[in-house]
Amino acid sequence: MDAVDVIVIGGGLVGSAIAYGLGRCGRRVTVLDGADDAFRAARGNFGLVWVQGKGAALPPYATWTRGSQTRWPALAAALREETGIDVQLRQPGGFHLCFSDAQMQQRATMLQALCDELGGDYPFAMLGHAELAAKLPGLGPRVVGASYSDMDGHVNPLKLLRALHAAAQRRGARFVAGQQVDAIEPAAGGYTVRTQTGRFDAPRVVIAAGLGSRALAAQVGLNVPVRPNRGEVLIGERVAPFLDYPTTYIRQTEEGTIQIGDSHEDVGFDDGVRADVLAAIAQHAVHAFPLLAQMKLVRAWGALRVMSSDGFPVYQESERCPGVFAATCHSGVTLAAAHVLRVAPWIAGGAAPAGIEPFSGARFERAQPSLQPVH
Amino acid sequence: MESLFRTDVPAGAPRVTIEFDGAPFSVPAGLSVAAALLAAGARATRTTPSGHAPRGPYCMMGVCFECLVEIDGVASRQACVTPVRDGMRVRSQHGARVLRVVAEGPSR
Amino acid sequence: MTDDLYDIAIVGAGPAGLAAATLAAAQRARVVLLDEQASPGGQIYRAIADAGASRIDLLGPDYAAGAERVRAFVGSGARYEPNASVWQASAEDDPHYTLRYTRDGGSRALRAKRLILATGAIERPFPVPGWTLPGVLTAGAAQILLKSAGTTPAVPVVLAGCGPLLYLLGWQYLRAGVPIRAIVDTTTPDDYRRAFAHIGGALAGLPTLAKGLRYLRTLKRAGVPFHRGARAFAIEGDTAARALTFDVQRARQRIDASLVLLHQGVVPHSHFAWSLRAQHRWDDAQLCWRPVTDAWGELDVRGVFVAGDAAGIGGAQAAAEQGRLAALGALAGLGAIDAARRDALAGGPRASLAKLMRIRPFLDALYRPNDEHRVPADDAVTVCRCEEVSAGELREVVRLGVPGPNQAKAFTRCGMGPCQGRLCGLTVTELIARERGAAPSAIGHYRIRPPLKPLTIGELAGVADQAADAPASAPPAQPHAAPA
Repeated sequence: MDAVDVIVIGGGLVGSAIAYGLGRCGRRVTVLDGADDAFRAARGNFGLVWVQGKGAALPPYATWTRGSQTRWPALAAALREETGIDVQLRQPGGFHLCFSDAQMQQRATMLQALCDELGGDYPFAMLGHAELAAKLPGLGPRVVGASYSDMDGHVNPLKLLRALHAAAQRRGARFVAGQQVDAIEPAAGGYTVRTQTGRFDAPRVVIAAGLGSRALAAQVGLNVPVRPNRGEVLIGERVAPFLDYPTTYIRQTEEGTIQIGDSHEDVGFDDGVRADVLAAIAQHAVHAFPLLAQMKLVRAWGALRVMSSDGFPVYQESERCPGVFAATCHSGVTLAAAHVLRVAPWIAGGAAPAGIEPFSGARFERAQPSLQPVH
Repeated sequence: MESLFRTDVPAGAPRVTIEFDGAPFSVPAGLSVAAALLAAGARATRTTPSGHAPRGPYCMMGVCFECLVEIDGVASRQACVTPVRDGMRVRSQHGARVLRVVAEGPSR
Repeated sequence: MTDDLYDIAIVGAGPAGLAAATLAAAQRARVVLLDEQASPGGQIYRAIADAGASRIDLLGPDYAAGAERVRAFVGSGARYEPNASVWQASAEDDPHYTLRYTRDGGSRALRAKRLILATGAIERPFPVPGWTLPGVLTAGAAQILLKSAGTTPAVPVVLAGCGPLLYLLGWQYLRAGVPIRAIVDTTTPDDYRRAFAHIGGALAGLPTLAKGLRYLRTLKRAGVPFHRGARAFAIEGDTAARALTFDVQRARQRIDASLVLLHQGVVPHSHFAWSLRAQHRWDDAQLCWRPVTDAWGELDVRGVFVAGDAAGIGGAQAAAEQGRLAALGALAGLGAIDAARRDALAGGPRASLAKLMRIRPFLDALYRPNDEHRVPADDAVTVCRCEEVSAGELREVVRLGVPGPNQAKAFTRCGMGPCQGRLCGLTVTELIARERGAAPSAIGHYRIRPPLKPLTIGELAGVADQAADAPASAPPAQPHAAPA
């Protein structure tokens, strides 16, 4: 049996992106993926490839995000070429809607501060209602305006996951489903990963197991303080195209379905939905676009974001167990390009990419009180 | 094309007139819109949003969602769970429906 | 809008729901029965209250029996909510249950201490080439049409598949003077041989058997062309059905038909139980998922019961007995009756139910649908009608390593349409099982969530207004707009 270079624990957006990136570096990879009905943040993603507003509390995150966004077209093209799957990347710019003058002011101030931090490489504009209505037909009267950035866009997150699985496998990665990992143990030649049903050996291991990363990371001396944060999403029926741009909580997919997602709930490991939350999301959607009131809601779901204590990613190699890495974030779509093109080569043994240092889990030991995540 | 189905009600039984894609039909009262359309000669009552494939009623009990039509200006209604009403205007639904921009009225 | 709290809320006004509601109301419980239709009866007794004598006679004695059941319910004092499309059954108000439903363009809610899900059965999907063409309907659909203003085929019709409903429909059509071009039956001598092993049970259900044989005899005597042992169905046509083709003993046959009625049995309509995350098990004799219940029909979700075909196919009479047992179980749980009274009242229904179910193994074996009609060999066949996903695309993602229906759904959109897997769920479970060499029980089922039926965003938004008006019963979660 061929030796494996890297075991990736987790076949979600982070794990499969890293697996694909490792394949591009010529590494042989085994991906251990969970059961069909496991909590999978990867299947609960909204699909935004989004930059504006991120990292207000930590500007390096804005830079890191920007670095992924600019590389996204290359990722989409590579996936298309290697798998035939079009992940439907569209980057027409995006809007963050505001419903009061105060919100507009707050938003403008925050974005300007980020722009200044990033030395001006941060295009954005504030639009009033009339200007906005020209771009967003059907805009409701309650919308005062919006911030716009041409950095922003969206993609089909499920096609992305499928394409990453396919591309990684074409590059030789082996995906093993139904695996629940219990332990990572040092062994001759690297590490042994023990699951409920088997064991897997490799010199390097990546913990990209979403909410399961915390426990596994602790085994190798890494601090990955992630908690579930539920978001609920409404999916409407397919309608004729009317929304050409994504907004932060409403977008129209290529298939024509309307996706509305807008909650942050601290409910533990519960990916169900609540009628009052769904209703509030629906009401907020109708405030933005009154015509949505006619649309049929076909399905709704809750998904658990993998939320670290400060809301920012964790990328770190263990000191106690060199060769074991943790990689987790809650923006697996936006950061997919970074994961494929910058994080994977580092895991393969290359230099750490510029700008990744602030995301080490060591920051949590610097005794910061737990901050409310701002994104 | 001839009608696939016909109804059979006593001579004096109440009837209503509905319109399907602009053409008027007299149908027994109390029928579902789907049954009325089948009895009025319809075969396909919509085309699918993705493949534009013709579809007609299939299960008649509200489970398959093949019988989606526009009724009195409201799209995506299940014809098989909606009873006919005199003067009802039914239109077949071609592909994805169009959301009509509502007049900017009082906000909710 | 009002915050009523019932003792028992029942979903579905077929035989199970009617019997449950009638019994519970007789024991003075506060009962509400919700149903999507305008009048009680479910599918089997559809429109019975308005049916004239000649239609009742045409449809036969099983239909006629429903009239008394409906009358008993109407006089029982239970509240009846017709035209109600239930979109959520929720335990959010623990220990009570909330049912949300739309009616007249708005969403309403009611609460109950106990729930009885009597949501009946739906036709088994029949994924063969051409099954999505206009002019192809289910036998169940044809029966519903018959019950609706006596709507019958105006063109020669082909009945294809297997199962007692097919012969019943044929018999009803014969009596209505409808020309039947052919009955194309998939039942083989092997099916009879396998069924014979359960002949004891069949004899216990002799009246049912005799009825079925009578229908067949009548059809044969009338000269209706019969094709037995038919396999590999395909329906021809571009924009509408034109012909049914099939194999009999490896010879391909073709029958011109613009109207093809398919049927290969019915399966539980169990979306409500799935949405409550109740445990289910795969039943290999009935080739479907069944909720795991105790002797009263209670799920592992405390306080929720399933009765009738939604618990497993048993027919209308068995459904009524299960409805009675569920009502008794719920009443005892509420403390409305004590265990001794519950058991005393349950004696009759339990004995009847046992007797009625003895024929099931025989029928399940005799009318077992063909493998190829459950899992299409032809990659081009549409499995998911709503999203137009083919068997081939599903096989492709299984090759990609997809372990079950939920990942398959994520990768292909299969099951994402308005029917939410009602017409593709069983096919997908069995197809993945076949491709992976695993048992359906190991493969699992779609995750089912509300809305169980679509409602508009406007109707849903209206729930937020109601929540603002009503006194808070549980602290609501605080959603807020997410900054990017």
